[in-house]
Amino acid sequence: MPLIKDGAFVEDRFTYVEDDAPLPEGAVIVSFTRWQDEKDALIARGTPLGVKLLSGEEPAPLKGDLDKFDVIALDFPMFKNGRAYSYARLLRSRYGYKGEVRATGDVLRDQLFFMARCGFDAFEVSQRITLDAFKEALGEMSVVYQPASDGRKTVLEARHGG
Amino acid sequence: MYRYDEFDHALVQDRVKQFSGQVARRLAGEITEDEFKPLRLMNGVYLQLHAYMLRVAVPYGMVSSRQMRMLAHIARKYDKGYGHFTTRQNIQYNWPALKDIPAILDDLASVEMHALQTSGNCIRNVTSDQFAGAASDEVEDPRIWSEIIRQWSTLHPEFSYLPRKFKFAVTGSPKDRAAIRVHDIGIEVVTGDDGRAAFDVYVGGGQGRTPMVGKLIGKSISQENLLTYLEAVMRVYNMHGRRDHLFKSRIKILVHTIGADEMRRQVEEEFAAMEKDGPVVLPQAEIDRISAYFAAPAYEKLEDGPAELEAAKKENSSFARWVKQNVAAHKVPGYAIANISLKPIGGVAGDATAEQMDVVADLAETYSFDEVRVTHEQNLVLAHVAQKDLYTVWQQLEANGMATPNLGLITDQIVCPGLDYCALANARSIPIGQAIAQKFEDLDRQHDIGELKIKISGCINACGHHHVGHIGILGVDKKGTEFYQISLGGSSDENTSLGDIVGPAFTEDKIVGAVENIVETYLGERQNGERFLDTYRRIGIKPFKEKLYAAD
Repeated sequence: MPLIKDGAFVEDRFTYVEDDAPLPEGAVIVSFTRWQDEKDALIARGTPLGVKLLSGEEPAPLKGDLDKFDVIALDFPMFKNGRAYSYARLLRSRYGYKGEVRATGDVLRDQLFFMARCGFDAFEVSQRITLDAFKEALGEMSVVYQPASDGRKTVLEARHGG
Repeated sequence: MYRYDEFDHALVQDRVKQFSGQVARRLAGEITEDEFKPLRLMNGVYLQLHAYMLRVAVPYGMVSSRQMRMLAHIARKYDKGYGHFTTRQNIQYNWPALKDIPAILDDLASVEMHALQTSGNCIRNVTSDQFAGAASDEVEDPRIWSEIIRQWSTLHPEFSYLPRKFKFAVTGSPKDRAAIRVHDIGIEVVTGDDGRAAFDVYVGGGQGRTPMVGKLIGKSISQENLLTYLEAVMRVYNMHGRRDHLFKSRIKILVHTIGADEMRRQVEEEFAAMEKDGPVVLPQAEIDRISAYFAAPAYEKLEDGPAELEAAKKENSSFARWVKQNVAAHKVPGYAIANISLKPIGGVAGDATAEQMDVVADLAETYSFDEVRVTHEQNLVLAHVAQKDLYTVWQQLEANGMATPNLGLITDQIVCPGLDYCALANARSIPIGQAIAQKFEDLDRQHDIGELKIKISGCINACGHHHVGHIGILGVDKKGTEFYQISLGGSSDENTSLGDIVGPAFTEDKIVGAVENIVETYLGERQNGERFLDTYRRIGIKPFKEKLYAAD
């Protein structure tokens, strides 16, 4: 799946590993279940590590271990399922996670704007998206009303000099 | 009323451009209909039975004369010369072409209007009290808070893909004209302990397949905390609301399943955390800025009951009747609230022609400080008419078919579009409403019956609010035949109740007789000028049921 990060297509150095598959060398992304089951062994590997949360797997249980993860991938089983927007906001704004928050699953052009505002900074795009389209999608709205997790200046701040 | 500043303008214009691009990509086949659907829905575009339908947002029901003229222009240019005012205080056009919709949105943007979030699983257009700013029992003008919520909820990045649609209503007055207890979130402005306006927040009300009355979850929430509190409710819902089943995904199901106490605990926990890591700060300067737009208009110093009004009432009994039924008290001496009925006998509830919209716009400009309100009961309101001008206003309305003196009476019904337009409907609603209105056409009879709210839905989704009708009528399909189920005793005011189903459904040719039978039972039982609802609450369903099915 093509991966966009920091506004450019990049090579994905992470490998998703099934729960019952042996761990390959190098950077891996495991399920939340596997993380819970093999936490110590995964940390001991000393290689870059990611975890993928499915819809319904809330990020709160990870909050004590966030420094162990280079990537937290949040799954959109269908683009209409918007739970991961809240998960991303919690990771960024509540738990202070600074690593990569990756959108995975049904990631379409017309949701990228909302995802970026909620704190996603990497996108596995399931649709043929050009870099121009990506940039256009993120830049379509010149103003935003509400604070989110992207630090954008809101209309309220612009009006009242916040 | 609220006026856009440069930021509001920029957002709406960006949005028009964005949607034009989305339409172009859809027409070029770059995105599938399934992917396009939520995009068009969030811009108010539905695919109906016969054509696309465009639902234009009328935030909390407020339109200026200039905006009303634009609505008329759109009806003329892009539709068949009329529009339909809805229970969400919006206006729908039933026949626009998809290719014209970006142009319509452009026209709307030029008068500070849009179709944003009038559909889709997002926070929908906020509704409010049509008497806002004119009612004497108001704690504070609910439009201030409706506008603040409108802006906060517009393109909210976290809450644009909720489990299901989400509706807010705000009332500033303890007398609830906005049906707040049958909304996902209903807000009542109350006086807080410190004497300032604060908010009671009801959560989990709604109609549809599983009607529920909202529970009081947040009590006396302060002004500076309101948006953070609402964001906490939304986050709990977005994370925990069901997404596996269309019929179980509204917030009312979540509240019902975990209970009001657990819902309150979760919201308070989230709120406490958000206060530390992400409050939605609402500066006092912003509250003041928005409040200024809703400052009282420049009323003249007038006396109640001017000679012109009294003389006209004596001279013209039709006018006198209209004043009695359609005109409500205003908080300022010498002024009145004039309700414009969009329920002429034999008409389609909520429909207005382009010409009628222009007439209303002119009247508002000359006699009501340039503003019109749309009501959730599908009528219009001129909120600040000098009593001395009522006769002139009435004459204009009368000449244009908008002076039917039936506000709150049996012929003033809420009627959904039903199977005549809607892809979801099981049965027709409009002809049923028309047949009942024709049966009760006689004004003396209507006035004798008094306040009686009939609400008709053509399917279980309850767009016609049948659950909260004093008499509710629900169209159902049984093996290809339309049947109509009756419920009694519903109400959407401050004493909200859901109607009780009276018994087996009626066929189209029996439904009018059934309503008449119910009305006769009421007239026989009523005491001391009781309203239908009072009698029903006193005697219960049994006497109605017995009479209704006596012949079986």
